[in-house]
Amino acid sequence: MTTTLSPDPLADLRALFTYPFMVNALEAGTIVAVLAAAVGWYMVLRRQTFAGHTLSVMAFPGAAGAALAGLPTALGYYVACAGAALLMRRAGGRQFRRGYGTETATIATVQAMGLAAGYLFLSLGHGVLGGTETLLFGTFLGVSRNQVLTLLIIAAAALILIATATRPLLLETIDPEAATARGLPVALLDTGFLLVLAAAVAATSQITGALLVFALLVAPAAAAQQLTMRPGAGLLLSVAFALAIVWLGLGIAYFSIYPVGFYVTSIAFAVYLAARFARVATTRLA
Amino acid sequence: MTELLGDETRTMIKLARAGVRLGGRRVFSDVELTVDRGQLVAVLGPNGAGKTTLMRVILGLVPLEAGSVTVLGRPPTQARPAIGYLPQRRSFDSTTRIRGVDLVRLGLDGARWGIPIPITTAARVRRRAETTRVNEVIQLVGATGFARRAIGELSGGEQQRLLIAQALIRNPQLLILDEPLDSLDLPNQAAVAGLLRRICSTEDVSVLLVAHDVNPLLGSLDQVIYLAGGRARSGTVDEVITSSTLSDLYGAPIEVLQTTDGRLVVVGQPEAPHLHGHRHELVG
Repeated sequence: MTTTLSPDPLADLRALFTYPFMVNALEAGTIVAVLAAAVGWYMVLRRQTFAGHTLSVMAFPGAAGAALAGLPTALGYYVACAGAALLMRRAGGRQFRRGYGTETATIATVQAMGLAAGYLFLSLGHGVLGGTETLLFGTFLGVSRNQVLTLLIIAAAALILIATATRPLLLETIDPEAATARGLPVALLDTGFLLVLAAAVAATSQITGALLVFALLVAPAAAAQQLTMRPGAGLLLSVAFALAIVWLGLGIAYFSIYPVGFYVTSIAFAVYLAARFARVATTRLA
Repeated sequence: MTELLGDETRTMIKLARAGVRLGGRRVFSDVELTVDRGQLVAVLGPNGAGKTTLMRVILGLVPLEAGSVTVLGRPPTQARPAIGYLPQRRSFDSTTRIRGVDLVRLGLDGARWGIPIPITTAARVRRRAETTRVNEVIQLVGATGFARRAIGELSGGEQQRLLIAQALIRNPQLLILDEPLDSLDLPNQAAVAGLLRRICSTEDVSVLLVAHDVNPLLGSLDQVIYLAGGRARSGTVDEVITSSTLSDLYGAPIEVLQTTDGRLVVVGQPEAPHLHGHRHELVG
């Protein structure tokens, strides 16, 4: 990107939509922002951030392995994340859910192995892909039409699932004992959510890279939860933050020589800081 | 939904010669208990005596080996919609960013699938009625002052009131609570006991609760059922918590002493071996 800002802000805005790669990036970014923010809101409330992190780390060897085998990298992302989700569910069960117990050590060890395997696949493949940097830190700018379409389908399916299960999932998240007593399929909800989370992580990884997933998955949701305790408002705020982060990040990066991932993550970080500050300020005043 | 279950009968729970065997071990046998509408009943006894198992029988989660059990005149599984159940004390992490009022509302609609946006007029009317009901039970348990704060920031007693509201919101005819006074301080134990007594009277609900210590409940109970040594004795506190009845149950000399302020102290109670771990598996 070597475009520079002109004195006319409207012309700059129009310039953003001139190139197809930019339109694709904006569309993919928008889809991923909505998906990650909504799923992330539940993930933060369920204290499954560590699970999300694990999934994103496993996305890396998945994508690298798929590329090495000559398969589409997108397939690698989805299969690796879904597989990791099912394995985690088997290994950890409910204990893992709260993020403590011996499983965390096991899973962290597996994470290291996953990263190492991804690294190996990459060197074996001699940079068939854009390389390590793309897989770890993402590329907003190499998104194809097909990729956008796949993202749209996956996101729609995941969001419909989450929306249909909103209340049972919320009850199961806050109060698993009451959910069990009410006869809800608790185990199915647990597994189902991990799979939806896997889909969200796989989708987001393709844009932000495995390591910057949290800019969209955690930061907007965590910021929203600082500002409101109402479930509906929290979800909407989380999505609004994620959209703002992606659009601003892409917009700024277009006129800058620095990578998109850096801008997206920095803005996400700023949003989170501001939300925390706002909460502290309001509780002090109250 | 509770109207479906007809409420001509004043008898809420009836156990006759009930016996349970779990994993080859007889937990208890020949248990007799009749609980009437509006009664507050405590299940007492040492650890491992089968207090939680008895509750699970009434909830229809454990089958009887002998005898019979009916709730509202029918098998427990069919009475489930009329039973409100509060599992053993849950506590909420101090960082849980959910309001008490949302927790209570989930007692009403938490098991409902579908997108929670009221589109039709009927859905909007129902939502308004539900909001009224939420505020009503919150007021009933005396939680109006703190129901809109984060549940994790509330005290144990305040959380317990909200959980009771959550269990009450669907108008159950029978409320079953597993150790609701556990890990509360003394003033809160007294306050929650008083609240349960009030619910029995004003809402015509029967309350069955498992308790470790009978003293916070002394003035409120209609009946107790004491489980020990594989058997049970039910009746009023004065009938059951006596030296002769408990000595008979335990098969060992037990002395029940009364302090000047009316509290009961059971002396000589053999420490029950930890025979089964069902206490914590209740919802597992």
